[in-house]
Amino acid sequence: MGYAPSRSDTAVDYVADTVTRSVKLLVAGNFGVGKTTFVGSVSEIRPLRTEETITEASVGVDDLAGLPGKTQTTVAMDFGRITVSATLALYLFGTPGQRRFLPMWDDLARGALGALVLVDTRRLDQADEVLAVLEERGVPFAVAVNEFDGAARHPLEEVREALDLDPETPLTSVDARDRATCVRALITLAEFLFHRLESRP
Amino acid sequence: MSGPRRDPDLVRAYVRTGGRSRATRDLDLVTLVVTAKNPPKANANPQAMAPDARRVLGLCSTHGALSIAELAAYLDLPPSVVTIVVSDLMDGGHVDSPVPAESMPEVGMLEEVLNGLRALAV
Repeated sequence: MGYAPSRSDTAVDYVADTVTRSVKLLVAGNFGVGKTTFVGSVSEIRPLRTEETITEASVGVDDLAGLPGKTQTTVAMDFGRITVSATLALYLFGTPGQRRFLPMWDDLARGALGALVLVDTRRLDQADEVLAVLEERGVPFAVAVNEFDGAARHPLEEVREALDLDPETPLTSVDARDRATCVRALITLAEFLFHRLESRP
Repeated sequence: MSGPRRDPDLVRAYVRTGGRSRATRDLDLVTLVVTAKNPPKANANPQAMAPDARRVLGLCSTHGALSIAELAAYLDLPPSVVTIVVSDLMDGGHVDSPVPAESMPEVGMLEEVLNGLRALAV
């Protein structure tokens, strides 16, 4: 007990031995919005998962028992990797957006170049929390609508308005299962991040 | 046996890391880790190391790095535990981070990311 089953049957994908630097981007969004699918579509390695135990503030009910309003929760993070040059590896971390997972954001947001926020037009209201957390942490972001089968296609301008996005925040649409659209969304994010830094005095 | 949860026990994490909850180094989830080129003699006697340290060292290679997040995923350990273990292994000279040929500002890295992604889109 305690130790997980051996993974000796699993091939380990080491980074190319020329790679000496690494950066990360976050793929943020609520449960079920397609983060894991997105990461899997663009990653050069089989997406990997880690789990971390966090203490989350629970809401309400615990007070009756006279216990502190905190519970232990295990949060899973899926991530993938793209070797973008001979010397640089880019990691993409699927990041749960809910505020109650804030303790995890300390490690994730620190040093992150930026975030791509995936949203589902059927549950746009849920995106507010993710966007607020990113803004508080000063993580620059772009937004991509994941167009699920059967989801109503909203014009992007309506989505922009509903999410109250800044005019300069990039907004695109993706199909998280389709590698080409996911790569395009990442390019849009990277262009935004690059020009944002470049234009600084 | 494969349970859905992997060692969520905080006490265990505390014991595993020799009673510490913080790493001695400023490491990140994407910090790259390789086996040290000139490791101390203790590497010859891995049984003397703590089990988690032994497992982390066993997964590290001189021929290609893994990030702390990857080490954690392959070993089914929480990244917070791996961070502390790697930090200790670095202190002991067992593992290193690859040394970049040149330091690069964030804007330079972004340009490299952008070029790499554009190459994928072709």
